[in-house]
Amino acid sequence: MDAATLELRNVSKHYPGAPKPAIDDLSLEVGAGEICVLVGPSGCGKTTAMRLVNRMIELSSGDILLDGRSVKDRKPAELRREIGYAIQQIGLFPHQTIAQNISTVPKLLGWEKGRTARRVDELLELIGLDRSLAKRYPAQLSGGQRQRVGVARALAADPPLLLMDEPFGAIDPINRERLQNEFLRLQGELRKTIVFVTHDIDEAIKMGDKIAILKEGGVLAQYAPPAELLTFPADRFVEDFVGSDRALKRLALQRVRDIDLWKAATVRVGEPSAEVARKLEDADVKYPLLVDDHGKPIGWLSQRAWQGERVTHDLRSNADPIVELDDILRDALSDLLAKDSRYGPVVDKDGCVAGVLSIEALSHALAANPEDLPSPSERAAAELGE
Amino acid sequence: MSLPAVLAQSSIKPRDRSVTGCPQNNDLCPGWIADNVDRYVDPFVRHVELTALALAFGFPIAFALAVLAYRRRWLVGPITATTGILYTLPSLAVFFLLQPVTGRGITTATIALTSYTLLILFRNIMLGLDNVPAEIKDAARGQGLSANQQLFRVELPLAAPEIFAGLRIAATTTVGLATLAFLAGAGGLGEPLFDGGDGIVFRGNVVFCGLLCVLLAALFDLVFLLVQRLASPWQRVGTA
Amino acid sequence: MSAPTVIAQGALEQFGNGLKFLVSSNTDEYGGGQVGGPGEVWDLLSKHLELSGFAVLIAVVIAVPLGLWLGHLGKGQFAASTVANVGRAVPALGVAAFLFAYLGPSKSNVIITLALLAIPPLFTNTYVGIRQVDRDVVDAARGMGFGGFRILLRLELPMALPLIFGGLRTAAVSVVATATIAPLVGVQSLGTPLIARGVYGSAGQIGAAIAVALLAIFCELLFAGLQRAVTPKGLKLGGEQRHKRRALTLTPTRKVQTP
Ligand SMILES: Nc1ncnc2c1ncn2[C@@H]1O[C@H](COP(=O)(O)OP(=O)(O)OP(=O)(O)O)[C@@H](O)[C@H]1O
Ligand SMILES: [Mg+2]
Repeated sequence: MDAATLELRNVSKHYPGAPKPAIDDLSLEVGAGEICVLVGPSGCGKTTAMRLVNRMIELSSGDILLDGRSVKDRKPAELRREIGYAIQQIGLFPHQTIAQNISTVPKLLGWEKGRTARRVDELLELIGLDRSLAKRYPAQLSGGQRQRVGVARALAADPPLLLMDEPFGAIDPINRERLQNEFLRLQGELRKTIVFVTHDIDEAIKMGDKIAILKEGGVLAQYAPPAELLTFPADRFVEDFVGSDRALKRLALQRVRDIDLWKAATVRVGEPSAEVARKLEDADVKYPLLVDDHGKPIGWLSQRAWQGERVTHDLRSNADPIVELDDILRDALSDLLAKDSRYGPVVDKDGCVAGVLSIEALSHALAANPEDLPSPSERAAAELGE
Repeated sequence: MSLPAVLAQSSIKPRDRSVTGCPQNNDLCPGWIADNVDRYVDPFVRHVELTALALAFGFPIAFALAVLAYRRRWLVGPITATTGILYTLPSLAVFFLLQPVTGRGITTATIALTSYTLLILFRNIMLGLDNVPAEIKDAARGQGLSANQQLFRVELPLAAPEIFAGLRIAATTTVGLATLAFLAGAGGLGEPLFDGGDGIVFRGNVVFCGLLCVLLAALFDLVFLLVQRLASPWQRVGTA
Repeated sequence: MSAPTVIAQGALEQFGNGLKFLVSSNTDEYGGGQVGGPGEVWDLLSKHLELSGFAVLIAVVIAVPLGLWLGHLGKGQFAASTVANVGRAVPALGVAAFLFAYLGPSKSNVIITLALLAIPPLFTNTYVGIRQVDRDVVDAARGMGFGGFRILLRLELPMALPLIFGGLRTAAVSVVATATIAPLVGVQSLGTPLIARGVYGSAGQIGAAIAVALLAIFCELLFAGLQRAVTPKGLKLGGEQRHKRRALTLTPTRKVQTP
């Protein structure tokens, strides 16, 4: 099934007996195939907003449209079968095997056995779990594996919309990052519409095509793509919430390949020195970069190395830090700072020099218009397309 | 009225005066019991019957009440109070209070024993359902299971340990109480226990009947335990 | 007249006779002596209460200190659950008959039987009552320099009281109910008219059944009230819901338990 569009129209939720509404006049649109992240401090109504969509909680006022159709006109159970649902506590059924867990919704929808079984295999492969695990019970899996199964279960009937409430919240940081990356890769393939709840702004920036920041009382503070949010926070609340390091956070949104790199003068041992001078004129760095026969960086040449007829192996410093095209800008900057260096050679997948990353190039990138930045879905798709 | 006089009149059914020999000396008399093992067969079968009937009626009633109360929380109080009164009423009193309506016999005994199981079963089924982790209930609902599907496919299987525990407690308690069923004219192991050889409660007879009761209780316990094991293979793997 | 109506009328009449048995004496089945009436009922009731009272008293004296002690030490988890389970599986009637067969008809046999019946709920409830006291609170008290005995007396006991009294309630109600079978082993109690139909007639049976039922319910209410009275205010305030739920899962000998 394709992705659906989702629209919240002036949605409010007032829990009976509560003095204030949990969600107050919330309106947002999520395009088909987009990840919309709901983020905000604890108790601001993220979970409530998400659960209104599949009618786990009933609306007080306003409307929610799934592919243009009001969820109020749908039978809740049927609506929910059409919407994937994954939560932090996972909630796998302990009395059912992994395969049975994954086939919950297909079974409800009356799929025939063969089709369900094929789907289970397909999903296990998609989430990178060995097929032998299908017959195990949830108690026999690790936390990370269970989390993956939770996602697979939500995806089982190929729903056009996925609701995820802090799906990686209970996982240790290293595994969380791995799961996030896996999930983005998956999304590049699946292109589902996703509502993703988190209280972690870094996760929001990483995962979101668009981010909705909610304030206490379920008030929408800002709804924008991550880069815009970081560049133009709507108010003090957003500014504080994204943190004073928001410029650095923007660096997390881009990879080295996304920005204009400096040109390097790459030379080899034995090359005529005159050539070096000519290359330097074209380059942005004033030192030639020595590379080996395959184009891999060796180090920065000293003045003496090209005083003679031909270039000799005489380095002023080695090539560290070497940055990769796929590195995130924030990591690349961190590498530069760690080596106390103003620039470093950038290499492609084969290790060949593709340019030079400098502090100046980085600061130039920060000044770029946020609209020019790619969204996570686009980034994921671009990577797959390679 | 003197005690011996009362006792002399206390027989429920006509005595078999023909028994003589070892039992009259109030001994263990294994030989006599072996020779007369026939007299224990029917009461034993009846005892099984009474226990099984009480559970067969008690369980569906308690189950229905529990499901009702699970969906309508406010019913928990009234149902607990009502079944609590039934539980508090001494079964012996109930045997006799029912007699004007249902007469003497197995019907009366079954009603009394059934009413006694209700609280045990109701409480345990409720407890089992309440103990199902909230996130599992949430996941079931969020996945689009209807209320009945949630109940039968997820909540009840997960409540099985508590439900079976309730059945086991109810079974053992009922086996014990059914020894009194003979006072309602329903037979059971209480009969040979008290009418043992010439109305004398001789030692071997008491020991033998008591053993049969304990054996029966253990048997019920074992059967339910086994069924539970077979029905929930997932419980045998390590815990989450 | 339809059959149900006949049955209903007959039943009403019998209940009426039963009530009459309680309030006024009648000629017995043989036309010999007089049976029933407040005098005899009172006599049987006091015998019934004497048996029950002594039995519960003995059980309390044995089970509560033992439960307190083992609970305080944190030992005997296995003993606690075994006592609870075995206590349930052995029919009271069997024990009574056993003692009768070995020791003959005597009040003390009945009292011992009933006490044996009352010990498991009292012991397990006391034990669990002590064990469920928050260990952090106990640690904190120890840190403040409380000795073991003082912790038991000032901290664990008050917090365990509701459960101990819950056990007392279970024990008392089942003892009062079971004392009804005393006449089967030759000791008089309110159950006498139930067993000796030949003397008391069906009116006597119904009357005594009503009396026994009322007594059990009265007992239940009395001890439920006591239990409420001894529950420390702090526990009552600490969330009605939480407390209820805890009592439900941990009251091990009554109604709910996981063997
Ligand atoms: N069932 C409920 N009944 C009454 N109030 C509720 C209920 N569920 C949530 N609330 C209240 O609504 C507000 C929003 O809750 P919600 O769970 O949506 O917050 P959240 O943003 O998901 O928080 P967290 O990050 O802690 O998960 C809170 O103030 C909460 O106390
Ligand atoms: Mg939440």
